[in-house]
Amino acid sequence: MEQQHVISVLVENKFGVLARIATLFAARGFNIDSLAVGETENKDISRMTIVVRGDEKILEQVEKQLNKLIDVIKVIDFSDLAVVERDLALIRVNCDRNSRSDILEIVEIFRANIVDVAANSLVVEVTGDEEKIMAILNLLRPYGIKEMARTGRIALARGEK
Amino acid sequence: MMKTGAEIFVECLKKEKVEVIFGIPGGSVIPIFDQIYLSKLKVILTRHEQGAAHMADGYARASGKVGVCIATSGPGATNLTTGLATAYMDSVPLVAFTGQVATNLIGNDAFQEADTTGITRPITKHNFLVKDVRELATIIRQAFYIAASGRPGPVLVDIPVDVQRASAEFIWPEKIDIRSYHPNYKGHLMQIKKAAEAINNSQHPVIYAGGGVIWSGASRELVELSRIADIPTTVTLMAIGAYPPDSPRYLGMLGMHGTYWANMAMQNADVIVAVGARFDDRCTGKLTAFAPQAHTIIHIDIDPTSISKNVSADIPVVGDARQVLGELLKLVKKNQHTDWLKMIDGWRKKNPLVYKDDEKLRPQYVVEKISELTGGEAIVTTEVGQNQMWAAQFYRARYPRHFLSSGGLGTMGYGFPAAIGAKFANPDKLVIDIAGDGSIQMNIQELATAVLNNVEVKIIILNNSYLGMVRQWQEMFYNRHYSAVCLHKGADCPPDCNRPGQKNCPGYVPDFVKLAQAYGASGYRVNKKKDVVPVLKEVLNNKKLTIVEFVVEPEENVLPMVPAGKALDEVITSLA
Repeated sequence: MEQQHVISVLVENKFGVLARIATLFAARGFNIDSLAVGETENKDISRMTIVVRGDEKILEQVEKQLNKLIDVIKVIDFSDLAVVERDLALIRVNCDRNSRSDILEIVEIFRANIVDVAANSLVVEVTGDEEKIMAILNLLRPYGIKEMARTGRIALARGEK
Repeated sequence: MMKTGAEIFVECLKKEKVEVIFGIPGGSVIPIFDQIYLSKLKVILTRHEQGAAHMADGYARASGKVGVCIATSGPGATNLTTGLATAYMDSVPLVAFTGQVATNLIGNDAFQEADTTGITRPITKHNFLVKDVRELATIIRQAFYIAASGRPGPVLVDIPVDVQRASAEFIWPEKIDIRSYHPNYKGHLMQIKKAAEAINNSQHPVIYAGGGVIWSGASRELVELSRIADIPTTVTLMAIGAYPPDSPRYLGMLGMHGTYWANMAMQNADVIVAVGARFDDRCTGKLTAFAPQAHTIIHIDIDPTSISKNVSADIPVVGDARQVLGELLKLVKKNQHTDWLKMIDGWRKKNPLVYKDDEKLRPQYVVEKISELTGGEAIVTTEVGQNQMWAAQFYRARYPRHFLSSGGLGTMGYGFPAAIGAKFANPDKLVIDIAGDGSIQMNIQELATAVLNNVEVKIIILNNSYLGMVRQWQEMFYNRHYSAVCLHKGADCPPDCNRPGQKNCPGYVPDFVKLAQAYGASGYRVNKKKDVVPVLKEVLNNKKLTIVEFVVEPEENVLPMVPAGKALDEVITSLA
């Protein structure tokens, strides 16, 4: 069954590693829904959070192929783990005198922030899981979304209780 | 002690006990060649970088050691790529060094600049761009280690020219530890136990052995397992030579042009023991109809990505073939599968490997005679296509590392340079390249390399005037539309003529005998069947680099054949 999987990949923080991962996904025909990269607590190691779509068999190959890359230190599949997932979106939405208070109300409900105000638009910053971001997008869409940028999902396993 | 990058390069190669380097210099590797000049390192100047890569490959396959090649930046590096991809597909340990433009010029479209690490990323096991001379020794050490360990493969080290000139303290890392790379050699004992149980309880077991058996040196264990548990064994193209061909349990090669009985054995087996093989499409045929009777597939491989990639394994064992088979042998019971072997023998008798034994000069006859005259003791390399399949079918290599062929990538032009490399690894062995008239022309320039270095290999050209394998497919599946396969075809030919030997047909170009002579090699042409044995006898003993062109039946086909996309038992054994 085709599913979305969140895979966390710890890699050597060297140039070219991102290209290696991207080449692997392209060459093997794996689909990436999102990919986020950043340093970890150890500056020699980066964490890539990759959201990939596919069935169990594809996921197994993705994990094995990633592990096979020399610069990959560890691959963790978050599918069956308790994780905290976050994605950040910046959304520029049309706004005039009449709609401003409605939009502010939505922003309030989602505990999002306004980070830029212009005569005819606002930039909303919202953080959350996929569902929350989709929900606010649906509510803002009727006002007209002019642009959007998203970080892609990042995730960490929850600590032991 | 302070040394330049180029000096460090030479020191490292000495530490790695490199015997020979194949390559061509150019602007951005001159500092390294300067140090090679001053050192005692042996460098063989090839005539094309692809030849250098294949020579290093042939050297590695024949010896089990890491092959080394070197080229300059830009076109030197891009010319290496076919050789790297060939080695990557067949898991051959190579280290390729390339020069690169100076670090301050990288990315500026400098003269002879190419993004070598970018280009070679998908066709190497790993690659490095050395940006700091202080890292050079460690990187070279890691490159050799990565190439030879785990599932072997080619590693490329790209060294900018300013790094070759810069100086650093030379420190040879005695120990090597790459935190993200720990190949697993020892198989999981529980899995091995399960495998042994499945083997012990099987009625119709088959061993399907691949190139991993050769790389791990597991031939002895393989034969033991087959003997003790009485299991018939089929091999992939990569594993020819891993199993003695005269054993009654030997089934020969399986797959598209495999023996009928090997394929039937796979289709009727209840337990398949895959060792160091990757269930490549040329071996399995149509996946959904592959081995329908097999309730248990045991898959032993050092590369986890090979397991359950194409065929899902019931008992996966990740580990080195030799170690795992060694453990397995402790648990496998002595067994007899007389009825099963008899059944397979029935298939063998029903459709043996044959060709028409008439007065015509047929390519299979030539290969069969080479096999007989050498006793299967020569190292045979092949080009790609019909010549390769006939070699696989009729040359009965007796030992591992005696049959070298580009299996995964199917690289025409592989065989001759690989033969040169193999001869460097085994100067006392007879080395024969079984070639087609198409493929041999893809790296024919290496005749100069061979002549000048006294490399006396034998080039057997099965000249059928066609790109034979494509012609065969066109005959069988494309209504005999012989499109762009006639090697006589010229501008003055009638547009619809695609057959050699018609009226006003231009002669064959080149004249291989004269070509051999032009390079200072010996050349023979054989047109008649009766001359095959006498000429072979002479040539195999003449101690000279020799081309023998056998003018064979142009439209001979490789049979049996499982057409692409068909099941292993949907086999064509003869054409009407």
